[in-house]
Amino acid sequence: MLLIGFVALSAVLMVALSHLFSSTRPTAAKSLPYESGMTPLGTARERYDVKFYLVAVLFIVFDIEVVFMMPWAVAFRSLDLLGLGTLGALIEMAVFVLILVVGYVYVWKRGALEWN
Amino acid sequence: MLLLDLDRGWGLLRAMAPETLLTLWALALLLDAAWHHRDSGAQRRAGWLALAGLALSAAATVWLWASGAAPAGLSTTIALDRFRYAVDLIVLVAAALAVLLSVEYLDREQLRIPEYHALLLLATVGMMLLAGGEDLFVLFLGLELMSVSVYVLAGLDRRSPASAEAALKYFLLGAFASAFLLYGIALLYGATGSTKLQIIARQIGPLGLLTHPMLLAGLALLLIGFGFKIAAVPFHMWTPDVYDGAPTPVTGFMATAVKAAAFAALIRVLLEAFSDVHALWGPVIWWLAAVTMVVGNLVALAQRSVKRMLAYSSIAHAGYLLTALVADSMAGAAAFLFYLLFYTLMTMGAFAILALKGRGGERDVMVDDLAGLGEAHPWLALAMAVCMLSLLGFPGTAGFIGKWYVLVAATGAGYPGLAAILVVTSVISAGYYLPVVMAMYMKPQAHERAHAGVLVPRIAGATLAVMVAALLVFGVWPNRVLDAARAGSHAFIPRAMTAAVTPLPPAGAP
Repeated sequence: MLLIGFVALSAVLMVALSHLFSSTRPTAAKSLPYESGMTPLGTARERYDVKFYLVAVLFIVFDIEVVFMMPWAVAFRSLDLLGLGTLGALIEMAVFVLILVVGYVYVWKRGALEWN
Repeated sequence: MLLLDLDRGWGLLRAMAPETLLTLWALALLLDAAWHHRDSGAQRRAGWLALAGLALSAAATVWLWASGAAPAGLSTTIALDRFRYAVDLIVLVAAALAVLLSVEYLDREQLRIPEYHALLLLATVGMMLLAGGEDLFVLFLGLELMSVSVYVLAGLDRRSPASAEAALKYFLLGAFASAFLLYGIALLYGATGSTKLQIIARQIGPLGLLTHPMLLAGLALLLIGFGFKIAAVPFHMWTPDVYDGAPTPVTGFMATAVKAAAFAALIRVLLEAFSDVHALWGPVIWWLAAVTMVVGNLVALAQRSVKRMLAYSSIAHAGYLLTALVADSMAGAAAFLFYLLFYTLMTMGAFAILALKGRGGERDVMVDDLAGLGEAHPWLALAMAVCMLSLLGFPGTAGFIGKWYVLVAATGAGYPGLAAILVVTSVISAGYYLPVVMAMYMKPQAHERAHAGVLVPRIAGATLAVMVAALLVFGVWPNRVLDAARAGSHAFIPRAMTAAVTPLPPAGAP
């Protein structure tokens, strides 16, 4: 309880104090959105080509695949699946990758990887 | 008697044979769609292939049922009980009907979607996992597999803004509901130390969790998540718009199979894991059922569009199914299975007839547009009338027997109030089902050629004829299906010990 109170109090204090005692002198250049030093061109709320979303979705799919493989690879030696030991773990990953490959072939043949 | 060790590959493979076969089939269809997505004949062929896959999966399910497969020890991944098989078969039938009713529809509406059948099969796999999952994670996986496929199916008609709106709305609210469900699972895991239903059931008593806040919050979040999927009031807001915007055969599939699978999962979770804390969730389901029946039926009264009216009718029917669930008994589970099967047939039938009458998404078919259909297309009007009367629960149709057993289960378990609400709201529902029948038979056609565009294609017509015949035949001789439903409900006997187990009266008693 004491700890939670301390954390809450210090958080509030930090925000409040810096808000109270800071000095702000905004200029036109300072209030610009940060674009790595460049002057921004136009508004940030632009319409993107739908192709970018497709690429993003495909990226997520194959990214998650690797995210899933990492812990599997780390824990591989201690896995005992399907009553077959590490062979079972290998089989399960093979099934997973095979299903993904089907998806990959599908995406490729349907032309989702072509930009135009 | 076939003992399957679910911790060994071979045992698990056999226990999951229906799902595995269907998954492989769906992947093959997906590859087929990748190569043949330009010619229109390929879509028809994919439809027949999908039917073959569904039949194969059904055969595997029947094999499991007939072999009396049982798990060696606790089944902690997938259930091997008749409830799973019964729901699997209902879901497979619903998917097969969706395929049969959409073959000609897709042609007519010029919908060239090569992935349609693969998505339909994948959604069915998700539903089967929902029906059989013994682990909250398996259930969640099934729910997502089903939902993601159905989001895409809802947005099938890419030329229609309404269809896109339906898909987006369904996706956003569905993702929201999934988050609730997942958070609920996390809290339940925190409270009981397991995500496996049977272990959760065994942990609640010994750990003294009956009133533990974490368990309560987890259960509440779980109920909210499922409430969205089954479209129970107050989680029903998405239903009318999504059902309205989606292509009609897909709407039929959503209103029946998706609801059936989510209901099956809810029943399994509540009766297997939380039967001991019936006092906690019983009142919640009671109120959900009552409010769903009242709101669904009352709002349906105000609808002029047939498609929206059917959407609200499906909400009302979720209330009837929840009533069967409140009973928390074998009789309730049996009534649920029986009702579910015929609800599937009558709702699918109503949407299919609507698809024959309407064009371009069927959103503009008003009740008055059906005027004089009885004269122009007597058989089609007869089919619609049977579906409407069955949805109403008219004696002589399967809908009546279904409602009767829900009532028996509810009163037997000591919920006369809920039974009374069911009867009263059923009477109210006559106020929107009967105008459809009256419009078809008692009003003249708006003009000479009002129904000139209505053609009944062969496959859809034959499918409809079989469905309507089933509604009538099983409305008079329900015994065999009732026996199967009762067998399916046996899955829950050992666990629902605390519940009031009341035997059903002899079949055909009404």
